[in-house]
Amino acid sequence: MYKRISHIARSIKLSVLVILLLSAVMFGKEIVVSQNGNIKTICEALKISRDGDRIVVEPGTYKEGNLVVNKEIELIGKYFPLIDGSDEGSILTIRSNGVFVKGFVFAHAKVSFINDNAAIKLDSVKNCIIQGNKFIDNFFAIYLSQSSFCKILDNNIIAYGKRETTSGNGIHLWYCKNIEIANNKIEGQRDGIYFEFVISAKIHDNYSKDNIRYGMHFMFSDSCNYWNNTFQNNGAGVAVMYTKYVEMYKNNFKNNWGAESYGLLLKEISDSKIYSNNFYKNTTGIYMEGCNRIAFSENNFDNNGWAVKLMSNSLNNIFTKNNFLNNTFDIVTSSRNNFNSFSENYWSDYKGYDLNRDGVGDVPFHPVKLSSLMVQQQPASMILLRSLFIGLLDVAESVIPALTPETLIDNKPMMRQIN
Amino acid sequence: MKLINKIFRYELSNVLRSKWIIFYTLFFLVVSYSLFAFTGNNSKAILSLMNIVIIIIPLVSIIFGTMYLYNSREFVEMMLCQPIDRKSLFFGIYSGTAVPLSLSFVSGVIIPFLLRGNVQNQFGLLMLLLITGVLLTFIFTSVSFLVSLKNNDKVKGLGFSILIWLLMSIIYDSIILLVIYIFQDYPVENSVIVLSLINPVDLGRIFFLLKFDISALMGYTGAVFQKFFGNTAGIIVSFISLILWIILPQFFAFRNFKRKDF
Repeated sequence: MYKRISHIARSIKLSVLVILLLSAVMFGKEIVVSQNGNIKTICEALKISRDGDRIVVEPGTYKEGNLVVNKEIELIGKYFPLIDGSDEGSILTIRSNGVFVKGFVFAHAKVSFINDNAAIKLDSVKNCIIQGNKFIDNFFAIYLSQSSFCKILDNNIIAYGKRETTSGNGIHLWYCKNIEIANNKIEGQRDGIYFEFVISAKIHDNYSKDNIRYGMHFMFSDSCNYWNNTFQNNGAGVAVMYTKYVEMYKNNFKNNWGAESYGLLLKEISDSKIYSNNFYKNTTGIYMEGCNRIAFSENNFDNNGWAVKLMSNSLNNIFTKNNFLNNTFDIVTSSRNNFNSFSENYWSDYKGYDLNRDGVGDVPFHPVKLSSLMVQQQPASMILLRSLFIGLLDVAESVIPALTPETLIDNKPMMRQIN
Repeated sequence: MKLINKIFRYELSNVLRSKWIIFYTLFFLVVSYSLFAFTGNNSKAILSLMNIVIIIIPLVSIIFGTMYLYNSREFVEMMLCQPIDRKSLFFGIYSGTAVPLSLSFVSGVIIPFLLRGNVQNQFGLLMLLLITGVLLTFIFTSVSFLVSLKNNDKVKGLGFSILIWLLMSIIYDSIILLVIYIFQDYPVENSVIVLSLINPVDLGRIFFLLKFDISALMGYTGAVFQKFFGNTAGIIVSFISLILWIILPQFFAFRNFKRKDF
């Protein structure tokens, strides 16, 4: 009995020792960088650090050119120390897995026409976390290439670019996999969030506004999920291209104004789900070209110029239970044929009746108006909107469709707005 | 001036007692009340009211004005026997017709709005509606006076009035559309702006377009319209055009009235 207890005690002692040793290796030591202390620069701290160390940077301004992290360390800023790139290329380049960067202000990564200079550049790494930093006036803010399983959280990115050519993207991903981007605020960059060749990313709760080109722009990025994001006032809204299996839900697309500005531009997208989004006051809510098998449901289209512009090369898309509220035009197409289906939507322009009181209107609704075709052909005729004459033409056309697609109808228009 | 005031007050009490004016007020009361009460969305109610204002006010003002002047011919003849100058009589009758029409429109809209409307948020929109409506009333009353003084035949005058209304609210827009299609190879935006500046009904409608369809107007050509009608200079030009529409027909009508042998 005693022997057994002593055996257990010995193994406990041993395991405690092992844990202590391990933790010494795992958590490493803490290196403090301070302008009044022993270690005055981050560069020096990076040099003496080893894997698992934590570098804590005291407040102050650090101008050290391009810093390269090639060890698995934590880089923590206390009260937001400023790392100024002084317009000399990139600021922080991360080349090691598992790096954690938090609490810094990064400013002035240089504008370049040759290099993609970024405040933080992650190059072929895994498991890195960039959290709670501020980025001011950088060319690119956060740039990931060939990286995976990284998280970009709670960052605040702002730039003051004037032209597309002299300004970079807020969060830029190229050939990445399993990245999470959440709770970031991006303002005034070229594209707020830019993806190319990205697989299974999760993008949520971001706020992207006043960017020069797109609030979010992604291409060739399959199986990504987007939710709870807000895209507002961007030069051209949000563009999604050449992608499959995308899921977008509970996003807000607001106030994207201009002839070439779209709440959501979809080009060559297929087998995706877009639901519970809110499109408010955009010139064009959704623009679709070459899109197949997308299910749109429970979206709100409110006060847009054109709620949906559906080009004729889009097939088998399904619109159900969406609300179309006070849009100038609900649906526009470029063809008299229709290969998409609309049912059980609520249209605020619907004037039918419901005799059997089942909540579904008895008369089908034609969402394509003659006036929308006229405006498409002759934009100047926009000035005649809501005139009695145009109203008469619209009524005549909806009774006997001669120019608008005959089969593009909602056979089950709802009588009440869908919650 | 005192005389104008006196005639105006008499005319006001006379017109306000007319069955038509009571009916007109009731019409606006019922329509605006039902719109404000039954559409949950108040800006939509104002939009529907705008559609009514643009169509109904010109029609009622021009027909009422024409008929009223024909019917008060004996009164005018009788008044002219008195030592009264024709100017006071003319403007007295004019204001005595236009003001009660405006009053019944304003009260018919504002009472339901105060009862059921979203007073805090929609007040600006309502003011726009009221101003547009009142201006249209004055414009079409003034046109109706011109028509009825130019034509001695009652039926002919009434026909003219209806024709003018049709022209302004429907035919004119079809002409603009025709112009747009005929000259589609040319930049027509500026000519279209000038064309729509000429028609008061179109101007009233465009003010509302700028409020309700701003997202669509931001499309390329639309932005041209928004730029013109949205800035101060454009608004001033539009108002000058509207005021001219009140003054010019009135001027010609008055010239006719001065010389007319009743």
